[in-house]
Amino acid sequence: MAQSVRSPMSHRQLTDLYYLEMRAKLLDISAFLDRLDRAQDADRRPTDFRVDGMRRAFQELLSPEPGRTARVHLCLSDPTAEPISDASGLKGAVGAYSPDSYRPIKEAGK
Amino acid sequence: MRYIDPHIHMVSRTTDDYQRMALAGVVALTEPAFWAGFDRASAQGFYDYFRQLTVAEPKRARMFGIEHYSWVCINPKEAEDLVLAKEVLSMLPDFVRADGCLGIGEIGLNKNSRNELKVFEEHVQLAADLNQLIIIHTPHLEDKHKGTRLILDVLKSHSALEPSRVIVDHIEEHTAPLVLDHGFWAGMTLYPETKCTAARAVDIIETYGHERVWMNSAGDWGVSDPLAVARAQVEMRRRGHPEALIRKLVWDNPIQFLSQSPKFRAPAA
Repeated sequence: MAQSVRSPMSHRQLTDLYYLEMRAKLLDISAFLDRLDRAQDADRRPTDFRVDGMRRAFQELLSPEPGRTARVHLCLSDPTAEPISDASGLKGAVGAYSPDSYRPIKEAGK
Repeated sequence: MRYIDPHIHMVSRTTDDYQRMALAGVVALTEPAFWAGFDRASAQGFYDYFRQLTVAEPKRARMFGIEHYSWVCINPKEAEDLVLAKEVLSMLPDFVRADGCLGIGEIGLNKNSRNELKVFEEHVQLAADLNQLIIIHTPHLEDKHKGTRLILDVLKSHSALEPSRVIVDHIEEHTAPLVLDHGFWAGMTLYPETKCTAARAVDIIETYGHERVWMNSAGDWGVSDPLAVARAQVEMRRRGHPEALIRKLVWDNPIQFLSQSPKFRAPAA
């Protein structure tokens, strides 16, 4: 493991530097969840694997253990180990794992 | 501070970007081959692209006092078609001989498919045969952790490959230790939404150290920032890190890795 570098700043200094920015991001996330509650189909209580992944990741924010960011990544990552059989037509990523995201898209004529 | 952006796709950027980068302190950059945002119709499209990378773009960069280097490959997003990949791979030895071409890249995986893996292995073998440096693209978002593990399995099983001659790019918090613990170099791509912010890049340096690490903008045709490395320097400075550490990350480290190619001429300090 490489040598880590301790932050030159104290807990108080880091909080002074970043708190307002993080507070704004926290409110952005809560506002996003509220926005979903106002969706036109909210009465049917729809689900989405990306939002479900996000909700799982929230648990990591409450953890006292360092390494929260890596664990948040893992909450949103493909947990499988084997290569997929065919990536035809698949280009982008969506930000959370669902097996349904890996169905090849065959272009007409190919 | 003079610095190097070791991964940026200038074919997608304007001349104004070159000007702004020069003003911000960029004196050298390297440009790996990548996906154009659409699939090329034939190998001829790659031939033209490689000429742009190795002939045209260095001239454009030189107008702003920036040394331009390149890397060639077929990127993983177009690697599902094995026939096309074979044709493109056959062109690479000629382009690798070009003056400013430093090696093979950015190769790797995108959706972690069997064909992508096969084409990746063929590139790695070619780089080993031609004694070339390698720059590796790791997949995006939910595919990154699995893809990085698959990529490292291939690299570790290749007996002729020196880990110190391979940089695995687009690392984040969950892949940094996988890469660094096996002796490879690690690149951090500073992208506004889908990769690493400047603040998180500094966190990664604080957590995993400053050896065998570089920062790049990977600016391209998507939402990206060709001045991202300059902004990361500002982030380090406002967090109280010394100038020597900043210089190591944006100057000494890129020069250390890239100088393993005899074609790379370290800029004057």
